Amino acid sequence: MDTDLSSQDRKDLDKFIKFFALKTVQVIVQARLGEKICTRSSSSPTGSDWFNLAIKDIPEVTHEAKKALAGQLPAVGRSMCVEISLKTSEGDSMELEIWCLEMNEKCDKEIKVSYTVYNRLSLLLKSLLAITRVTPAYRLSRKQGHEYVILYRIYFGEVQLSGLGEGFQTVRVGTVGTPVGTITLSCAYRINLAFMSTRQFERTPPIMGIIIDHFVDRPYPSSSPMHPCNYRAGEDNGAVYPSVEDSQEVCTTSFSTSPPSQLSSSRLSYQPAALGVGSADMGYPVLFAGGLHAAHPHQLIGPGKEGGVPPIPSQPAHGTQADQERMCTPLDGVHYSAATPSSSEDTETVSNSSEGKCGSPHDLLETIFVRKVGAFVNKPINQVTMANLDIPFAMFAPKNVELEDNDPMVNPPDSPETESPLQGSLHSEGSSGSSTGNTHDDFVMIDFKPAFSKDDILPMDLGTFYREFQNPPQLSSLSIDIGAQSMAEDLDSLPEKLAVHEKNVKEFDAFVETLQ
Amino acid sequence: MVGPGRTRCCGPPGAAPAMNCRAEVLEVSVEGRQVEEAMLAVLHTVLLHRSTGKFHYKKEGTYSIGTVGTQDVDCDFIDFAYVRVSSEELDRALRKAVGEFKDALRGSGSDGMGQISLEFYQKKKSRWPFSDECIPWELWTIKVNVVNLANEQERQICREKVGEKLCEKIINIVEVMNRHEYLPKMPTQSEVDNVFDTSLKDVQPYLYKISYQITDSLGTSVTTTMRRLIKDTLAL
Repeated sequence: MDTDLSSQDRKDLDKFIKFFALKTVQVIVQARLGEKICTRSSSSPTGSDWFNLAIKDIPEVTHEAKKALAGQLPAVGRSMCVEISLKTSEGDSMELEIWCLEMNEKCDKEIKVSYTVYNRLSLLLKSLLAITRVTPAYRLSRKQGHEYVILYRIYFGEVQLSGLGEGFQTVRVGTVGTPVGTITLSCAYRINLAFMSTRQFERTPPIMGIIIDHFVDRPYPSSSPMHPCNYRAGEDNGAVYPSVEDSQEVCTTSFSTSPPSQLSSSRLSYQPAALGVGSADMGYPVLFAGGLHAAHPHQLIGPGKEGGVPPIPSQPAHGTQADQERMCTPLDGVHYSAATPSSSEDTETVSNSSEGKCGSPHDLLETIFVRKVGAFVNKPINQVTMANLDIPFAMFAPKNVELEDNDPMVNPPDSPETESPLQGSLHSEGSSGSSTGNTHDDFVMIDFKPAFSKDDILPMDLGTFYREFQNPPQLSSLSIDIGAQSMAEDLDSLPEKLAVHEKNVKEFDAFVETLQ
Repeated sequence: MVGPGRTRCCGPPGAAPAMNCRAEVLEVSVEGRQVEEAMLAVLHTVLLHRSTGKFHYKKEGTYSIGTVGTQDVDCDFIDFAYVRVSSEELDRALRKAVGEFKDALRGSGSDGMGQISLEFYQKKKSRWPFSDECIPWELWTIKVNVVNLANEQERQICREKVGEKLCEKIINIVEVMNRHEYLPKMPTQSEVDNVFDTSLKDVQPYLYKISYQITDSLGTSVTTTMRRLIKDTLAL
């Protein structure tokens, strides 16, 4: 025969469950405030630390939790849920996690309430402390600030997991059997964090309203735990894909809305126009499209044509400004379409260069090489660059300056990009690994390998190469000093020459007459 | 390694745990500079679950329990954060053991493979001339494989991957803890030192010891070091 729970035990059990629920909410919310939590151990029991754990009670959170519970306790079919969501500064929101405290019918009548249940609930809270640091939302919450904030909502009743998107994962924190049922604590968390790029997530108004809006314009002092809007410019967090920093956000945005195929087709459509002007011009578009950076492609790829770049200054013969602009356009396309979905600010594309641009130029490069006749046909990019590395440097050094002056790509209205593409390529080297590692269904990840990024070809790094190229030594014949000297000499020798010519004036006259 | 005049613990080093000792094995592959943080993360998570507040026995045979505080720890070389018990003494003890393990891993004769074990045991007092018995009831073994990485890109990936792996390990640990399998009975005042480490001033973990083994390139274990981390000057 079942031994019924004594009334004292029943009262104790109810109290334990109630305070356990309140402490659970505190642990979860505090773990999402974005700050490191630290509480002190105390060897003398204070009597107010439930479950022998130092867990602070934030009054607002307790108030909300009590409001949600409304005097009830978690029971079968009535679960207490804490929903953690993210809200961006633009107002989009997304559910990240649902923590559920549930009760099922499986009873453990033998267990001692005041001792075993209590200690096991304490253990479960410790497990909750550990698990709250392990789900993806923890790292997001540590970086919350101006771009987004983390919000929580407590509700009681049926668990609603639909807002977590497809493929959400669950982790069970633990269970504690009691004479009235088994308490289960678990978390369902979203793994598809890509909403920000597509902005498809519809806003679901919370049932009970947003409890605490942490979004404020300036960070509050950390002593007030409820306003953790401290902006943390943390390191790039590749593990959580849209770890929301400006560059990442824009990056994903731009990438998803400018698939490489569009750019390739624009490239291809351009080429026939170039063909008409001769093979030298074939080099031209390649130069521009060969990479992210206008300057580099000139130097690395064109040269193979022995005149890949020179055509640029001599271009006016064929036309022009218009031609130049047209030629630049596809690459403009590369630059700007990568940024289109975002607000195409310089800074965004700049910081974005790593992933936003990574796919398309590579594709462009391949496309062009495949189609070109001549030296580059079917040669892998590396070979091409390797074969032609020496040539351009000497040839182009003096012309670089002109090139860049004329080249709208190098001095486009948003000129900072010329600096950043360097960083961009360096970045992409670094992040291409992580970007390819993060395959997401919503994005097409392409491994970006800039043509000359491997340093086994040239024993110098990209930055050095670029800088050397930008600042070549001036030709001695063009240097002002020598020029000035020769002119001075010329001027000095002028009177002598005049004297000599005057002497021979009769001969000159005779000569002129023979011509007539 | 047994110091003079100290109570010897049972069994030769490396002996198999007792039959009803729960044994869990975790494996991680980390870069050299991540060893310390990864080990601390796992050990602290286990000890968080295996520590209580200090017991204060009262006259009627009842006792009250102190409060355990916790704090977040961010790793420098791993994209990871964990929670540990707020006890500087405990942290120091773990860091010391992990530091020795790390040094041994780096030392000659090691190809970067080793394991560190955290064993919880109970003492069973025997009559003279027999020494006290140590009966392990839970053994956590972390097998470590140190990898060498070539460039910064790989290191960055490693940071993230190891962070993800550690998240999985924490979930594994929590899963084991919540099976609510055997735990020593709560002791009376006279027995408390047979179950708990009462030497710390702010928390009270179960009696534990940490040992490690380094595997040399031949795959055999060449060093077994037993370190006693309790003050078992309990030498009576």
